[in-house]
Amino acid sequence: MPSPTPTEAGPAGAATLGPVPQPAGTPGRDSGPHRVSGGLLEPGQLLAALPGALRKLDPRVMVRNPVMFVVEVGSVLTTGSAVADPSVFSWSIAAWLWLTVVFANLAEAVAEGRGKAQADTLRRTRTDTTARRLVDWAPGRTGAAEEEVSATALRLGDTVVVEAGQTIPGDGDVVEGVASVDESAITGESAPVIRESGGDRSAVTGGTKVLSDRIVVRITSEPGKTFIDRMIALVEGAARQKTPNEIALNILLASLTVVFLLAVVTLQPMAAYAGAPQTLVVLTALTVALIPTTIGALLSAIGIAGMDRLVQRNVLAMSGRAVEAAGDVNTLLLDKTGTITLGNRQAAEFLPAAGTATGELADAAQLSSLADETPEGRSVVVLAKEKYGLRARQQGELGHAVWVPFTAQTRMSGVDLDEDGTVRSVRKGAAGAVSAWVSDNGGTVGADVGELVERISASGGTPLVVASREGDAAPRVLGVIHLKDVVKHGIRERFEELRRMGIRTVMITGDNPLTARAIAEEAGVDDFLAEATPEDKMALIKQEQAGGKLVAMTGDGTNDAPALAQADVGVAMNTGTMAAKEAGNMVDLDSNPTKLIEIVEIGKQLLITRGALTTFSIANDVAKYFAIIPAMFAAVYPGLDRLNVMQLHSPQSAITSAIVFNALIIVVLIPLALRGVRYRPSSAASLLRRNLWVYGLGGLVLPFAGIKLIDLVVQFVPGLR
Amino acid sequence: MSPTLAGWLQVSVLVGALAACYRPLGDWIAHLFTSPRHLRAERALYRLTGVDGDADQRWPVYLRSVLAFSAVSVVFLYVLQRVQNHLLLSLGFPAVKADMAFNTAVSFVTNTNWQSYSGESTMGHLVQMAGLAVQNFVSAAVGIAVVAALIRGFTRSRTDRVGNFWVDLTRVVLRLLLPLAVVLGLVLVAAGAVQNLHGLTDVHTLVGGSQSITGGPVASQEVIKELGTNGGGFYNANSAHPFENPNGFTNWLEVFLILLIPVALPRTFGRMVGDNRQGYAILSVMAVFWVASVALVTFFEAQHHGAAAQAAGAATEGKEQRFGIAASALFAASTTLTSTGAVNSFHDSYTPFGGGVTIFNMMLGEIAPGGVGSGLYGMLVLAVVAVFVAGLMVGRTPEYLGKKLGAREMKFASLYILTTPAVVLVGTGLAMALPGERADMLNSGPHGFSEVLYAFTSAANNNGSAFAGITVSTPWWNTALGLAMLVGRFLPMVFVLALAGSLARQQPVPATEGTLPTHKPLFVGLLTGVVLIVVGLTYFPALALGPIAEGL
Repeated sequence: MPSPTPTEAGPAGAATLGPVPQPAGTPGRDSGPHRVSGGLLEPGQLLAALPGALRKLDPRVMVRNPVMFVVEVGSVLTTGSAVADPSVFSWSIAAWLWLTVVFANLAEAVAEGRGKAQADTLRRTRTDTTARRLVDWAPGRTGAAEEEVSATALRLGDTVVVEAGQTIPGDGDVVEGVASVDESAITGESAPVIRESGGDRSAVTGGTKVLSDRIVVRITSEPGKTFIDRMIALVEGAARQKTPNEIALNILLASLTVVFLLAVVTLQPMAAYAGAPQTLVVLTALTVALIPTTIGALLSAIGIAGMDRLVQRNVLAMSGRAVEAAGDVNTLLLDKTGTITLGNRQAAEFLPAAGTATGELADAAQLSSLADETPEGRSVVVLAKEKYGLRARQQGELGHAVWVPFTAQTRMSGVDLDEDGTVRSVRKGAAGAVSAWVSDNGGTVGADVGELVERISASGGTPLVVASREGDAAPRVLGVIHLKDVVKHGIRERFEELRRMGIRTVMITGDNPLTARAIAEEAGVDDFLAEATPEDKMALIKQEQAGGKLVAMTGDGTNDAPALAQADVGVAMNTGTMAAKEAGNMVDLDSNPTKLIEIVEIGKQLLITRGALTTFSIANDVAKYFAIIPAMFAAVYPGLDRLNVMQLHSPQSAITSAIVFNALIIVVLIPLALRGVRYRPSSAASLLRRNLWVYGLGGLVLPFAGIKLIDLVVQFVPGLR
Repeated sequence: MSPTLAGWLQVSVLVGALAACYRPLGDWIAHLFTSPRHLRAERALYRLTGVDGDADQRWPVYLRSVLAFSAVSVVFLYVLQRVQNHLLLSLGFPAVKADMAFNTAVSFVTNTNWQSYSGESTMGHLVQMAGLAVQNFVSAAVGIAVVAALIRGFTRSRTDRVGNFWVDLTRVVLRLLLPLAVVLGLVLVAAGAVQNLHGLTDVHTLVGGSQSITGGPVASQEVIKELGTNGGGFYNANSAHPFENPNGFTNWLEVFLILLIPVALPRTFGRMVGDNRQGYAILSVMAVFWVASVALVTFFEAQHHGAAAQAAGAATEGKEQRFGIAASALFAASTTLTSTGAVNSFHDSYTPFGGGVTIFNMMLGEIAPGGVGSGLYGMLVLAVVAVFVAGLMVGRTPEYLGKKLGAREMKFASLYILTTPAVVLVGTGLAMALPGERADMLNSGPHGFSEVLYAFTSAANNNGSAFAGITVSTPWWNTALGLAMLVGRFLPMVFVLALAGSLARQQPVPATEGTLPTHKPLFVGLLTGVVLIVVGLTYFPALALGPIAEGL
C-alpha cells in the first residue's frame, strides 16, 4: 500500500489511495478443504482463567445455566453426604462433581479471557486526550475561536480541530480538510489511510492519530459511547446476550435435565422395592452422568468463541444474533469491484488490425504504455511481457524519446522516438481519442478496427486503440488492446462452494447490463444487478426478504446505510461513513468485502459446533447407563451384571469412572468448543452425514473406551475396589 | 403350512393391504381438512348447534373447543354411568361407583379405554352404545382434528388461524369414521362377530357346568374400537373373546383396522404440506419400529424357556390357540404401538423380553404409527426435536418444512416430550413408594414391578391395555390412573396446538441446498435414533428393574 502524502491526495486521487483490500483471506487461496479456526489453547490460558472460573461458582451466576446449576446443587449435596458419612467413594464423587462445575466455568472463562486481552489493548488507546474545540465554526470560515477541553467533555455536534501528531478526541465526520490518519489502534494495519471531508471517507474514529495536515471534525458520538467503547464492550462480552438459537437449545437442554432428574428421583422408590435403595451420592452421580453436562458446560464458551473468531478476522459483530443470522443467509449481495474483480481493468489480449502482426502490435502497445502510470497502462506492459516475452524497457534506455503521459484530458499516452532522424510516434488510448489523432494526421481507421472496438464493447470490455506514425506518413492503426475486468482468481470455485451450501450470490455493479452480464458469467455468480443505485439495492433486499430469505451485504457509503440496516447481515467497511457503520450489524476493520463469505462460514461453524456437541453429549449417556445401572442393581438382580459390558472392576469404581469421564470430557472438548468443529462447505446432507458419524457414533462409542480406561486406573485406588 | 410361514404370510398380506389403502385413504383425509364445502347433513348440524362452519379459529380458541368438548363428554359419560340403573337396557346392573365411573369416563374420552371394570358385568347396553361407543368415535376424531391443526401450522403462513375444531370433528366422524365403521362392521358380523341386544343368556357348557353369557351390540363397537385405536372391549377378555374376535380372519382384520388410519395419516400430512416424500419419510420411521417390534415379540414368544414352554414348543401361556404365537405377537405389537390397547392375548404372560417390548412400544409415546392423530402429532413433535439438533449440525438455524424452530417452538416441543415420561415416572414412583398401593400388587419381584410400570405407561400414553396383576379397581388406582390419562392426553394437546399456532404465524423459508433434507433415508435414520435415544434414556433405569432384570 502506498504511503501517500496528503498534499498529493486531491479529491480525484483519493479514490485509488484508500486501503486496498488485503490479500489475506483472498478466495481461492485455499480452494481445497479449509478450516475456519481460532488460535490454539495454551495451558497458560487455562491457569489464567482459573480465578475467574472459581468466581463463577456463585449460585446467582450459576443459575443462568440450568444444567450446570443442577450439577452444582449435586456437588453441595454429595459434599454434605460425604461429610456426614465419609468414605473414599463419596469424597471422590463429591470432588469430581465440583471439578465438573469448575471445568465448565473454566471453559467460559477461557473464552472470555481471549476477548479481555484484546479489550486491554484497545483500552490503552483510549487515553485522556485534550480536544481543541472550535467555538463558532461554520463551513468555509477560517479563524474560528479555539478552546481546550477534555475529550470527555465533548458533546454531539461539537466541532474540533486536529492537526498532525494529535489524537482524534472522538468519533466524527471530517467536515473540512484532508489528512492521513493512523488507524492501527483499531485495525492493526500500520499503513495510514486518507480521511477527507465530504464523500464516503469522512469518518474518523476517536483514539486514532492524525499523521499529517489538519482536519476539522464534527463529533458524532457521546462520550463513553464511541466506537472504541463499543468495541471494548463487544470483545469483553459485557454486552453479551443469549442469542435466539442459544435460548432454544437451552430450553431443550433444560427439559432433558428435568426428564433425567425425574427418572432418577422416581428411581429411588423402585429401587427400594427391588431391595436396593441407593445412597444420595449414587443417585446424584447418576443424575449428573445423565444430564447433558458436556454441552451445558461448553454452550456459552462456543458462543463467545464464535464472536472471538470474527474479532480475530478483524470483524466486529454488534450482536451474537448477527453471527447466527450469518449462518442462515440465503442471498449474498456482493459488490463487483474489490469482491469479485480486482480493483481495475486489465489488458487481456492484443487484437491486431488487418495486415499487422500481433508482435508488432504488442511492441507498439508496450512502447506507448511505458509512460502510462495508470493500472490499466501498467497492465498492458505486463501482458506484453507475459504473453509476448517483451521485456519492459525503461524510459531512460531509449534515447531521444519524448514521452506523452496519459492524462484524463487527452485520454492517450505514447512516445515520440527519434530513430535516425525519422520520428516514430506511437499512441495508445481510448478509441475515440486515438481515432481523432489518426484522422487529424491524415490517416483512416479501417472498418475491421471499428468492428473489433464494437465487439469488445459489446462483451463488456474496454477497447484501447494503438496507432503509429513513421515520420510524416499517415498514421496507421495497428490494432486494439482488450481491457477487461479481471475476475479474482478462485472466486468462481468459491461461488460454486456457496451454491453447494445453498447460498445465492448476486453481483452488484454500476456497470451497464451488458458489461455486468459478461462479468457475472465469468465469475459464476447466480444473478447480477446492473446500474445499481442504492434504491435498487434496497428494493432487491426487500424482494428477497419477502420470499423468506435472509440477505447479507457489504457497504460503506452513507447512501448504503438504509440497505445495510435492512439486510439481515449488514457488514459496514471501516473506511466507510459513520452512518454506514451505525446501520450495519457488523464492521469489517480491514474493509475487505470478500470477507462476507468468511463471516457466513463462521456463522455456520458456530451452529454446527453447538449441534455436534449436543449430539455428542446425549449419545454419551448410553455408555454411562451401562456403567452405572449394573453397578447399582447387580447386587439384587445378578442378571443385570450382564449389562456390565465394559467389565468394570467394582460398583464404586464404575460410578467413579463414569463421573471422572464426564468431567474430563469437558476439558478435552474446550479446544474444540473454542476453535469450532471442522467446517467444509458442502450440501446440508453431506454435512449432516459426516457430523452424525463423527459426533453421533463417536459420542456413542468413545465413552465406552474412556470409562474403561479410567476404571483401569481407578480400581487401584484404595476404597474404590 | 408351518406356523412361521403362516405368520409371515399374515404380515405380508397385512402390509400389502395397508399399502393399498395408504394413498386413497390419506388423500381422502387430506381432502376432508382442506375442502371448503360442507355436506348438507353437516350444515344442518352446524345450524342446530350454532357453529359457524366457515369460521377459522386461532389456536387458543381451537384448544378451548377441544377441552370444552372433552370436558362435557367426561361429565356426560360420568353421569350416564352413575344413573345407569334408572336407564333403559341396563340389564339390571347397578350404578357404577364414583371412582370407577370417573376412571371410565376419562378413559374413553382420552381415547385410552383403560378398563378397570369388567364390561359384560358392569355396563348396560345403553351406556355401552350411547356412552362408550360414541366416545369411541369422537375421542378418535378429536385426535385426528388436533393433528390437522398441527399440519395447518406447517402449511399456512402469516396467519394466527389453525382451522375450525367443530368442522374437523364433524367431518372426521361423518365422512371418515362412520362410513368405514358401518361397512367394516358388517364384514365383522359376516365373519362371525356378535351383534344383538340380548341380555344374559344361560348356556350349558360341554363339561356340564352352566354359564351366563351377555350378548349385545358387539361387532359395531368392535369395529370402531380398532378403527379409532380405542381398545375398550365389550367383554373383559377383549379381542380374545370369541364373540368379539371369532377366528383367524377377524383377528387379521382387527389388526388391519388398528393400523389403517394411523398408517394413512402420514400420507395426509405429505399431501397437505405439498410433498408426499415427507409423508413417506415419517411413515418409514413408523414402519421401522413396527417391523422391529413385531419381529422381536414373535422371536421372544417363540423361544422356549421353562418347562411349560418347552413342552408346548413356544411361550403359549395366555395366548389363544385359535391365533397361535405369530398372530398374537402381531396383535400385541400393533396394539401397543398404536395406543389401541385391545388385546387378543394376555400380555402379562408374555416372556419378560416379549412383554418388555410391549412396554417399550408404549413408552415410545404411541407414535409408530400411534393412535389416530395423536401418533402423527407425537411423531411430528419428535421430528421437530430431531430437526433441531440435526439442523444445527448443518450450520443453519433449524427449520422443518420451511418453518424455523426457534425458542418458542422448542419450548412447546420440549414440554411435549417432557409430559408423558413425567406422568409415567412420577405415577410409578408414587405407587411404589406408597405401602398401601404396593399391597394391591398381586405379584412380587421384577415382574410385579413391571405390572405397575405397565399400568402407568399404558394410562399416560393413552394405550389402555394392561398387564393386570394389580387390583386397580380401588379408589387410589382409579383416580391416579384417571389423572394420568387426563394429563397424558390433554397437556400434550395444549403444546401441540400452541406449536401449531406458532408455526402458522411464520413465513416459510425457501428450501435450498443448505437446507436439511427431511425426506431422505438419512433423516429417517436420524429420527429413528432420536426416538430410541430419547425414550431409551428416559426409561432405561425403570426397564432395567422390570423386564430386563426379569429376563436376564
